[in-house]
Amino acid sequence: MSILGTRVIRTEDPRLLTAGGVYCDDLRSPELDRAARVTFVRSPVAHARITGIDTSAAVSEPGVVAVLTVQDMTDLAPPPPDDGSGGGGGEAPMPLGGPWAEPLLAVDTVRFVGEPVAVVITDGRYQGEDAADLVSVDYDLLPAVVGPEAALTGESLLFPAAGSNVPVTKQASADDTPFDACEVVVEQAIVNQRLACMPLEGRATAAAFENGKLTVWHSSQNAQLCRMILCGVLGLPPEQIRVIVPDVGGGFGAKVGIDRDAIIVAWAARKTGRALRWTETRSENLVGMTQGRAQLHHIKIGGNRDGKIGAYRIDVIQDSGAYSRMGGFLPMLTCLMAPGVYDIPEVQAGYRAVVTNATPISAYRGAGRPEAAATVERAVDLFAAEIGMDPAEVRRRNFIAPDQFPFQTKTGALYDSGRYADALDKVLAGAGYEELRKEQERRRASGDVRQLGIGISTYVEITAADGAAGETAKLEVSDDGTATVFTGSSPHGQGHYTAWAMLVQEELGIPMDKVTVVHGDTDLVPVGVGTYASRSLQLGGSAVYKAAVEVKDEARRQAADMLEAAEADVVLETATGQWQVRGDPDAALSWGQVAGHASGGSLIADVSFTADLPTFPFGAHISVVEVDTETGKVTLLRHVTVDDAGPVLNPVLAEGQRHGGIAQGAAQALLEEVLYDADGNPLTSTLADYAAITAAELPSYELLVSETPTTVNPLGVKGIGEAGTIGATPAIQNAVIDAVAHLGVRHIDMPTTPQRVWTAINEAQKASNQ
Amino acid sequence: MIPVAFTYKRAGSVSEALELAAEHGDDAKFLAGGHSLLPLMKLRLAAPEVIIDLSGLRDLSYVTDQGSYVAIGALTRHHDVEHSDLLRREVPLLAHTAGQVGDPQIRHRGTIGGSIAHADPASDLPATLLTLDATLVAQGSDGTREIPVGEFFQGLFETSLEPDELLTEIRVPKPASAGAWSFQKFTQRAIDWAIVGCAVQDSRVGLVNMGGTPLRAATVEAALSDGAAPADAAAHAAEGTSAADDIRATRAYREHLARVLVSRALTEARSRV
Amino acid sequence: MKVDLTVNGKDVTADVEDRMLLVHFLRDEANLTATNVGCDTTSCGACTVLLDGESVKSCTVLAAQASGHEVTTLEGLARDGEMHPVQRAFHNEHGLQCGFCTPGMVMAIVSLLKENPHPTEDQVRQGLEGNLCRCTGYHNIVRAALAAADEEKVTA
Repeated sequence: MSILGTRVIRTEDPRLLTAGGVYCDDLRSPELDRAARVTFVRSPVAHARITGIDTSAAVSEPGVVAVLTVQDMTDLAPPPPDDGSGGGGGEAPMPLGGPWAEPLLAVDTVRFVGEPVAVVITDGRYQGEDAADLVSVDYDLLPAVVGPEAALTGESLLFPAAGSNVPVTKQASADDTPFDACEVVVEQAIVNQRLACMPLEGRATAAAFENGKLTVWHSSQNAQLCRMILCGVLGLPPEQIRVIVPDVGGGFGAKVGIDRDAIIVAWAARKTGRALRWTETRSENLVGMTQGRAQLHHIKIGGNRDGKIGAYRIDVIQDSGAYSRMGGFLPMLTCLMAPGVYDIPEVQAGYRAVVTNATPISAYRGAGRPEAAATVERAVDLFAAEIGMDPAEVRRRNFIAPDQFPFQTKTGALYDSGRYADALDKVLAGAGYEELRKEQERRRASGDVRQLGIGISTYVEITAADGAAGETAKLEVSDDGTATVFTGSSPHGQGHYTAWAMLVQEELGIPMDKVTVVHGDTDLVPVGVGTYASRSLQLGGSAVYKAAVEVKDEARRQAADMLEAAEADVVLETATGQWQVRGDPDAALSWGQVAGHASGGSLIADVSFTADLPTFPFGAHISVVEVDTETGKVTLLRHVTVDDAGPVLNPVLAEGQRHGGIAQGAAQALLEEVLYDADGNPLTSTLADYAAITAAELPSYELLVSETPTTVNPLGVKGIGEAGTIGATPAIQNAVIDAVAHLGVRHIDMPTTPQRVWTAINEAQKASNQ
Repeated sequence: MIPVAFTYKRAGSVSEALELAAEHGDDAKFLAGGHSLLPLMKLRLAAPEVIIDLSGLRDLSYVTDQGSYVAIGALTRHHDVEHSDLLRREVPLLAHTAGQVGDPQIRHRGTIGGSIAHADPASDLPATLLTLDATLVAQGSDGTREIPVGEFFQGLFETSLEPDELLTEIRVPKPASAGAWSFQKFTQRAIDWAIVGCAVQDSRVGLVNMGGTPLRAATVEAALSDGAAPADAAAHAAEGTSAADDIRATRAYREHLARVLVSRALTEARSRV
Repeated sequence: MKVDLTVNGKDVTADVEDRMLLVHFLRDEANLTATNVGCDTTSCGACTVLLDGESVKSCTVLAAQASGHEVTTLEGLARDGEMHPVQRAFHNEHGLQCGFCTPGMVMAIVSLLKENPHPTEDQVRQGLEGNLCRCTGYHNIVRAALAAADEEKVTA
């Protein structure tokens, strides 16, 4: 009986539920026993020259070990020669250098509130804030560039040497001819607002430098990348750095690698010779951890009254924040996925990435693709409203058909497989679409204060976009019959220990409770890529599978030798985990016996799996909301989804990923936004102000099953981690607008707060009264 | 995250609390449930040198029937106000509103006295007690005095309590028609402070977060006593208010919400009788 | 100053700063690190423990205030190696992913079910308004709470 596809509860849980996880601040070890604490002094202003730093009052406080500034950073490796493009024409997910370069501790200019200016090291946890309060920094204010449109004016430059605020540009074609040929053309400016990633565990790092070796514990999504970065910055060879990733309390893209503040901690450990610990507060996290989305779109969609879309243009302005940590990578993905699930004859997509005096932007669950989906789904609804056609029907008339796969889009993506119409039909049926429209009609006819809105999204997204980087797995079966998987993946809630053990049990018949999974320690797993971009099952899981197959092949050779039989006659009974000659169960060998026979006393396969191509999961969401038209308040009543990422290894884990994605998607549509005032001061820097979504705002979700495999990897799977976020946001936003469309409302930007909705209703009513 | 260092004193009795307050004057703050003061201290927006912990004064936690009014000890926790059978029967508006403050964990610690002494106009209880025409009892070095709630709230986070006075009791007159109540709390999320809120008991209307203090909607009440229908009276809800502009709402939107919520509250209160 | 608490049935005494928060006392003095700090505005609930049997946010309680009282953390829930029904329900219903919010969630639900043994889904959701989770979307956490309530109903 195959275990794959069955519901298996997690092996990770008993420890987490009884003792709690061991996150970075929980670590208790001899090396960290007498670690000092790190507290940052951060810029309270958005844009200024630093004209003086006085650490004398802080330094003389009892319990203060050191106060360090950029003056102390004399032992860094020289930066690599740089052409300013960040590699790959500025589209690699790497920081830009040259005039755009981001320092560690601020040099002479601060460019966002929260930028680290000095580091205070104290014996005790509580003294840190006291001492940091005593560090006096003089700032000469510069005009703050707030928002991407301000950046484009160039009136104030963050990097005068660069000459502009626009580090990367890939302009879209501005050819209007395809639109002139359309009967109907709609234009719209659409905001995809700045969000805080907000993992429940913020950033946390510990570091100890002893006998020439640096050990860094970091809450990260990939230990190996951390090590690579630290090698480059500190000028140490890999053998002298060990990175250990403890339990991680959420990442969502913001914990890929090791960021600026954590690098400073690692450096300071070497500088002072003291073991150090740093755990940021939430207020620091909400200004210091990279944030997500922050795109401004201008779209043009043209088509005919029969519902066929003829042309679609999107111009993206990506707010990068003060430092371009990913060049054009995010908007590049947005443009790549711009046309979504539709076969549109003419697609024009381009972007400009700009810098502003705000927190730097990086990947956040979906990383460029939620933005693409949210906007094309808005565009399709706008087009549908313009021609007076049901939005479900318009979608149907424009889907890429099943027989068109693999499908090369006009923007250069090669979609592997998809059944978009099926997904839509499924959610429409699952939601009871006809009944919902009838209920909506009833409420409209009776002028109900509470109106019903039904929103649809159909989406496709790209996972394992860096499939060529692959993932690693080393599988070792020991002479006691247990197996250990050393994985390059880096789970932080995804349940890889359970999933990889399922794969081993499936392939080798070694029961899950005899399988241990190890990750996140560069001493134990020196080569690995990590968990982000929804890549781990298709790449990491495929690597585990590949390693299992190699172990099985080697085991067969050993067993044949031991049983004095031909390899072709030796079989593995996966149900019992026994090796035997076919038809002769009495002379069976256990895994332990076979492993013991191998040279070295164990069977080992150390592999990496790469994929030639990324994969394209897809789906459809329907959202049902109620809008109180007197106050503008939105209540999310139901959310029904199809999220198809191919065969489901473990429905428990897949559902969990979909749930989490839906909640974050709803949060963007309804509630969350990072706000700054006109001087670049953050207005949402605590959880009292940043409207993170809670259980009270959400319903239980209705998930439907759909599994369309891919041929790109041996498991046939795609990535599920980000799909829920991508599908949910547009469905909910469209639902809110749908609820008040009969009052003349065409568009409401996210988040659809009560004030925004009420304002839209008012303005539509004023317009209709004229 | 960490408060500025202070000296902690635990008071064993009301008189001891008052002695400590007199001794330390402006350097000291009372600590009741701690869920108004400690959050401020953790963000270093407040940094008293001395904290006088009142949580040991268990005899200031009670809800008792005094005939024409219900007496509530100042240190009665929101949880206990919410679940008081006496209040649910006699002043359901108050029992309900106490259950709206914060979340369950906060309600296990926060006290009615602490909340109103903190005097945040965005809090639910100050406006509710204003609507109920409560009387506050304060004890100081000069003895005990009664303060009508209309004189209690002076400004943003400002009450008429002297620095060396301790709020000991809240007296809530039993409304003639206990069931004629409504509390409308408008928020984006369940956990949020009210963007605007409205408390109604009979024809008395209180507003949450429409100014620097909780307010009675005097013009609405006057219209009602002139015989206006609820919807018409509610049209006056924003008069005499000075609502703030902030990230949640503009002043104009708050004024609109006040009108809507007052109308709904009056309608609901009347529907219960 | 000296504070003296009973934590998970054991006496813990320590000499600490007056300003020490209960959550840091538990983590750093009592060495019970399951209870986590997730924010600094009493918003997220990751620090939820039971104080004299009721859920509180331990980041907003001074260790000094808790002196002389009883605290229960996640580590103290299981009895004789057997998981509490809420812990068991979280396991069965996949109510946790990264696990960081989980100790606070579990303690909040233990307290909620003590006060309301048969909650509706809506009451569970409202009861968790002070507990944030970023991973699970809350769906399975709510299922776990309701499943635990059912189990306790059967065994009560």
